[in-house]
Amino acid sequence: MSESLVHVRDLNVRFVTRDATVNAVNGVSFDLAERESLCILGESGSGKSVTLRALMALNPPRRTKLSGTVRVGGHDIITASERRMADIRGSTVSMIFQEPMTALDPVFTIGRQIAETVMRHEGLSRAEADKRALELLELVQIPSAKRRLAAYPHELSGGLRQRAMIAIALSCRPKLLLADEPTTALDATVQIQILLLLRRLQQEMGMGVIFVTHDLGVAGEIADRVAVMYAGKFIEEGPVRDLMRGPLHPYAQGLLGATVHAGMRGERLTTIPGAPPNLERVPQGCAFAPRCPYVEEACLPKVPDFRSPVPGHAARCVRVPQAA
Amino acid sequence: MLLYLIRRILYAIPIALAVGLVCFMLVQIAPGDPINAIVPADAPQEVVEQVRRDYGLDKPLPVQFGIWLSRVVQGDLGRSLATGRPVTADLVSAIGNTLMLALAAAGIGFVMGSILGTIAAVFRGSWLDKLAVGFAAAGVSIPHYWLGMVMVVLFSVTLNWLPAMGAGPGGSGSWAWDWEHIKYLVLPAVTLSVIPMGIITRTVRGVVMELLNQDFVTTLRGKGLRRGGIALHVVKNAAPSVLAVMGLQLGYLMGGSILVETVFSWPGTGFLLNSAIFQRDLPVLQGTILVLAIFFVALNLAVDLIQTALDPRIRRA
Amino acid sequence: MSTTTATTPVIAVPQPVPAPNRGYWQGVARRLSRDPVTLFFGFVLLLMALAIIFAPWLSPHDPYQTSMIRRLRPIGFQDWRYPLGTDELGRDMLTRLLHGGRLSWFLGITPVLIAFVIGGTLGLIAGFAGGWVNMAIMRTTDVFYAFPSVLLAVAISGALGPGISNAMLSLTLVFIPQIIRVAESTTTSVRNLDYVESARASGAGAMTIVRVHVLPNVLGPIFVYATSLISVSMILASGLSFLGLGTKPPEPEWGLMLNTLRTAIYTQPLIAMLPGVCIFVTSMCFNMVSDGLRTAMDVRG
Repeated sequence: MSESLVHVRDLNVRFVTRDATVNAVNGVSFDLAERESLCILGESGSGKSVTLRALMALNPPRRTKLSGTVRVGGHDIITASERRMADIRGSTVSMIFQEPMTALDPVFTIGRQIAETVMRHEGLSRAEADKRALELLELVQIPSAKRRLAAYPHELSGGLRQRAMIAIALSCRPKLLLADEPTTALDATVQIQILLLLRRLQQEMGMGVIFVTHDLGVAGEIADRVAVMYAGKFIEEGPVRDLMRGPLHPYAQGLLGATVHAGMRGERLTTIPGAPPNLERVPQGCAFAPRCPYVEEACLPKVPDFRSPVPGHAARCVRVPQAA
Repeated sequence: MLLYLIRRILYAIPIALAVGLVCFMLVQIAPGDPINAIVPADAPQEVVEQVRRDYGLDKPLPVQFGIWLSRVVQGDLGRSLATGRPVTADLVSAIGNTLMLALAAAGIGFVMGSILGTIAAVFRGSWLDKLAVGFAAAGVSIPHYWLGMVMVVLFSVTLNWLPAMGAGPGGSGSWAWDWEHIKYLVLPAVTLSVIPMGIITRTVRGVVMELLNQDFVTTLRGKGLRRGGIALHVVKNAAPSVLAVMGLQLGYLMGGSILVETVFSWPGTGFLLNSAIFQRDLPVLQGTILVLAIFFVALNLAVDLIQTALDPRIRRA
Repeated sequence: MSTTTATTPVIAVPQPVPAPNRGYWQGVARRLSRDPVTLFFGFVLLLMALAIIFAPWLSPHDPYQTSMIRRLRPIGFQDWRYPLGTDELGRDMLTRLLHGGRLSWFLGITPVLIAFVIGGTLGLIAGFAGGWVNMAIMRTTDVFYAFPSVLLAVAISGALGPGISNAMLSLTLVFIPQIIRVAESTTTSVRNLDYVESARASGAGAMTIVRVHVLPNVLGPIFVYATSLISVSMILASGLSFLGLGTKPPEPEWGLMLNTLRTAIYTQPLIAMLPGVCIFVTSMCFNMVSDGLRTAMDVRG
């Protein structure tokens, strides 16, 4: 039996500083098959980016405490040394960030930033690496790629910068691509182009992709499966169509209710009252209970288990029926 | 870029002129008749009047400034009241000595400061960081003329390792790069280096700390770069601002070495200034300060241009 | 954000309310009370201040009383009347150090205070008025920036000649441009903030805007910067006296004492070091307290 590309069990991430301990991720478990794409959906502060970074041990060292099991492409991430992680990062798994302006080094050319990744992992010479960099810029459809190799990040538009970022991430043909809100900082028209590019590249290169976003539109565009995160936990998980049509968890319903999408003419937009919990103390029961319109006694003593009314779609809510 | 260069150089010219004006005014604000800055106080009256006419001191101030400026541009800074020698002649050797001392001190201070600052930033919050920060604070708080005396007491009086004063066995004129001479440079240079060391430590620590918090460092880690690879990026990003501070510090050392030179009797501009103050030798005071200040202006300009050349964000703007 | 709102969830998250002014100062006090380093150096500073203020009552001797027969007595309790020894003219060191602090502190702090008032005002005017007023003020400070500060201080007081008031004048002139720059840049940045713009748009007068919006926000950073100058000022002031440009003998002042004791470094090095220790400790304390204030008040730069 072959192992899935990503295997996460009971992942906990805590940030420990002298003043406080923040429980950013509290017991996340999931698997991702090769070539599959998962979208993690949640508000800022829900722990989605932290989860993503934990997959390549990229949270700030020293003050980050990881526990649980994380295996990516057969590598154990939690126990790997920083040296070993450096070999895995960029080659087996790589990441695209939200803000390409700050995620790229401002004083190195685009070409150099791509080439150094290739040189680092594949031991190519400078000339070979430069050639590869050019191919990559063409792959991500940057016009007049040759000239752009010598450009600095501030000389490119936001969309081109993000394409360059993608080129860096793909430079060593990773098996898994992580994307942290890759389109949030871009204009709406550019967003679509980047999403289409990512979808095409995923299919061509056969990568697994995990997306983090707070934008439901992005999720629907690219994901096979969607997981909704709240207060450091997955609270609902399912195929993208099922989840968009019939969210089970009251939080997911609120999230969809607060969003404008097609076929909603005449309906009222709803908002979710209240604010997410402070993660310095994790609540004993369902973290959403204080904001939930359907809260009942059973929500409070312990975190509800996943309940699944149909195979493949499940939510942590006591009101969801469990199929036999 | 070329436009910026020209604009920056053009901007330095009025500053240099204004610096000249301030130096010219130094003699005007000095108590007594400005003529006393040119002729000794005991000169006969007809000589004084003769000089007054020759130097145009009977004309209005702006005209006097023009006359003074035209002489300065030709390299004529007047004559010392104490020795009668041209100020320019004394200044040339003094500036050489001061530059040597300042460069040595800057070298020590910049290397130590960069190392301490980097360590402090990388191990932020650890005891190493606290130690480096404490060291830096002590470096900028210490009265260096006092530190010089401590050095003399320790290494000259008590241990008898290094000479306490002067610039070599043959006096100021015969410098050579051998240990016999260099050992005279050690104590003043180390003493003078504590201030730039403190400031560079703080600067490097701040800059590196800020850089390590930037998103692009996470990207670099995400690409699988090891410490050495990331360090290359950090150095190239930090270089423009750190070099700018270093350039200014070199200028401050040139201008600020007066106290240390006095303690060690180092025959540089500071020593010259000190004796000029002591003897109220205004032409020497004025000339030395003018040359040091113009040097500082030129240094500022150079730093600006280098910084621009290093930073692609400004270079192509 | 204009076109993307259509697909972004509109989850009602309460916006952080800007903390009222009172809460800010309470926060500063709380952060300071949790900072043992700053508290320690502040405490040392307080002790020194008290010792200096009460110098006439604390000192065992007359600071000017010389004696040829008890010159350069060693530190220690061989002679309990002179615990810190005597100087090159037989005056009691403890007494001279206590009295010397008065002049050294006065010389160090006064120029910064005057420069804070003058430089702060000019900087505020330059930053708030903008235009040619700003040009005139800032280009003038540029000229003074063309001199390294030690050199400028030496130049001015060297030309004016020795004396306390000349030394203080030259130090004040050194610090004014530095404070102007900080005041101007903070004022300019505050002036361009949205809420000041909106106050202007709602018809508030210039004086009201300065009083209500600008002053409370710029005084903090200028003040913190000024406190960081005290350390420099103490060293420079003592340095001028050391060069013979500040205080004149026989006045007790740490820099001058350091200078006159230079001849004693071969015979009584420890005594010769004492005034320097005082300058060092004072300047270090002012530096650390200023750093602590900067952190507690969250002033950047």
